[in-house]
Amino acid sequence: MKYICKKIITLIMTLFLVSAAAFLAFQVIPGDVVTSILGTEATPEMEELLREELGLNDPPVERYMNWVSGVLKGDLGVSYRYSKSMNERMPVAELIGDKLPVTLWLAFYSLILIIVISIPLGVLWARSKNHYLDAALNVISQTAMAVPAFFLGILVTYLFGIILKCFTPGGYVSYREDFAGFMHYLLFPAISIAIPKIAMTARFLRNSMLTEMRSDYVRTAYSKGCTNRRVMYAHVLRNALMPVVTFLGMIIAETIAGSIVVEQVFGLPGVGRLLISSISTRDFPVVEILVLYITSVVIIVYALIDILYRMIDPRISSK
Amino acid sequence: MKQKNTREKKKWNNYLVAGLVMTGITLAIAVIGAFWTPYDATAMSASLKFAPPSFAHWFGTDNFGRDILSRVMEGVETTVVISVLVVAASALVGVLVGALTGYFGGLIDEITMRFTDAVNGFPSILLALVILSVLGGGVEKLILALSIAFCPSYIRIVRSEFIKYRDADFIARARLMGVGWARILFVHILPNIFSTFLVSIVIGFNNAILAESGMSFLGIGVQPPAASLGKMLSDAQGYLSSAPWYALAPGLAIVWIVLGFSLLGEGIRRWNN
Repeated sequence: MKYICKKIITLIMTLFLVSAAAFLAFQVIPGDVVTSILGTEATPEMEELLREELGLNDPPVERYMNWVSGVLKGDLGVSYRYSKSMNERMPVAELIGDKLPVTLWLAFYSLILIIVISIPLGVLWARSKNHYLDAALNVISQTAMAVPAFFLGILVTYLFGIILKCFTPGGYVSYREDFAGFMHYLLFPAISIAIPKIAMTARFLRNSMLTEMRSDYVRTAYSKGCTNRRVMYAHVLRNALMPVVTFLGMIIAETIAGSIVVEQVFGLPGVGRLLISSISTRDFPVVEILVLYITSVVIIVYALIDILYRMIDPRISSK
Repeated sequence: MKQKNTREKKKWNNYLVAGLVMTGITLAIAVIGAFWTPYDATAMSASLKFAPPSFAHWFGTDNFGRDILSRVMEGVETTVVISVLVVAASALVGVLVGALTGYFGGLIDEITMRFTDAVNGFPSILLALVILSVLGGGVEKLILALSIAFCPSYIRIVRSEFIKYRDADFIARARLMGVGWARILFVHILPNIFSTFLVSIVIGFNNAILAESGMSFLGIGVQPPAASLGKMLSDAQGYLSSAPWYALAPGLAIVWIVLGFSLLGEGIRRWNN
C-alpha cells in the first residue's frame, strides 16, 4: 500500500514535468505564431487583437499556469488552425473527441492479438524438440521483426484488400454508424501493428521459458513426480510470464506509437493522423495536448504494470 | 598470452556470418549509389510511366517514369548516411555522459537518471516527431532530432557498465598508482565495455533506420525530390492496385537493411558469450 502511494506521487510529479516540457518546448520556436496564422499582409492592429485573444501577451509562466489549470478543468484550449464557425476557434477537446476512440480501439485490438497469439506461440516454440521447427520459427521471427509497420500495412492492404478482397482499402466505417463494420476494418491495421510485436513477444517468452527450464526447481518438480505437462504450465510458464508482463508494458507504448504510422496507411481518422497534420501545420495547442495525452497513457500504463507485477509475484509483495 | 586465450573462445556463428554478409551488401549498395546508379534517379520520362519490372528497369518505374532501382540505391545511401550520423552522435554523447555519471555518481547522476527514465519509456519515433516539430523540417534537423531521441538509451547502457567497473580491483589499483580520472575512464574502463556497447550500437542502427524511414513515410523526414525509402513507400501506396511493384523494392530494401543489422547484433552477442 505504501508502495502504491509512493508510485502515485511519482506518477503525478512525472506528469507535471512532462506537461511543463510539452508546453515550454513550443515556446522557444523561432517565428511568430500570429504572423503564421494571419499571413504577412495583416495589419499590426489585427495581429495585436489575435495576440490578445490567444493570450500570447502574458508571460510564459503565467500562460503555463493557465494552460495547466485549464487542462485539469477539462478545457484543452483552442486550435490555431481549425475554426468552428466564422469567428470562433475550434476547441481542441472537440477536435480530439471523436478521433480518440479510433486510436484506442486500434491499440487495444492489436494488444489482444499480440497476447492471444504470442503466448501460445512462445510456449510451442520453447517446447519444440524439432530442430527444424525451431530454426524455421527463428528465421520467421527475425524477419517479422525487421518489417516496419507501414510496409506491413501496405502488404496487408495489397494481399487482403486488393487480391483477396477481404476489405475495401480506404473504406473506413465510422464506429458510430456501424460498429461491426468498424471492427472488421480495424482488424487489418491491427494485424499490421501486431505481427512484429507478436514475433518479439513470442521470442521473449521462449527465451524466458528456456532459462526457467534450466532452474533447480524444475528438476525438483520432475523428481517429485510431476508430469511434464504440470511442470510446463504450473511451474515454468508461471515464472516465465513474469518478465513478459514488463515486456508487454513496453509493447503497449510501442503499439500506440505504431498506430500513429499505421493510421496514415489505412486512412483511419485517429489522433495519430491529427498529430501529424498538426505538426505540419504548426498547430501547437493541438500538438501539446496530444503529446501530453500520449505521454500520460504511456506513463500510467508503466505504473499499472509495475503495480500489477508486484501483485502477481508473491516474492516481491511479501518483502 | 591471456588475450589469445579469450580470442580462441570466441566462435563464429551463423548469425554473425549472415549479418556481416547482408550488412556488407547494404553498405556496398550505399557506396555504389553515391557514385553510380543505372539511371539518373531524378530523370522523369512520360513514356516510361509505371513500366513493370523488365531487364532495362529491374524494379520497374514509378509515377514519373523514374527508374525505381536507381531511386532505391539513392534511398539506401540516404538512409545509411543518416543512420550512421545519428548513431555516431548519440553513441558519443552516450559514452561521455554515461561514463561521467556512472563513474562519479552523485546529484548530477541522479538528475540525469530521472531524466532518461522519463524519456526512455517514451516511443522514440514520437519523441523525434515532437523535437522535429519544434525544430522544423530538413535532413539536418531530422538527424539532430533522432540523435536526441536515441541518446538516453545509450547513456543508460554506458552508465550501468561503468558502475560495474568503477569498484573493480584493477581500477582501484590504477587509482592508487596515480592514474588520472580521464585516463581511467577512457583507457582503463572503456575498452572493457566495448563488446557490450558494440551490440547496442548495431541495434541502434536498426532503430535509426526504422525511425528515419517512418518519419519520411509520414512526410516529416527527408524531403522530395531527394529519394528516400520511406517517402517512396508513401508515394507507392497510392498506386498499389495499378503498380504494386512500386512498393515492393523500397519496402524490401528496408527489411533487408534492418534484418542485416539485427542478425549482426545477435551474432556479436553470441560471439561475446
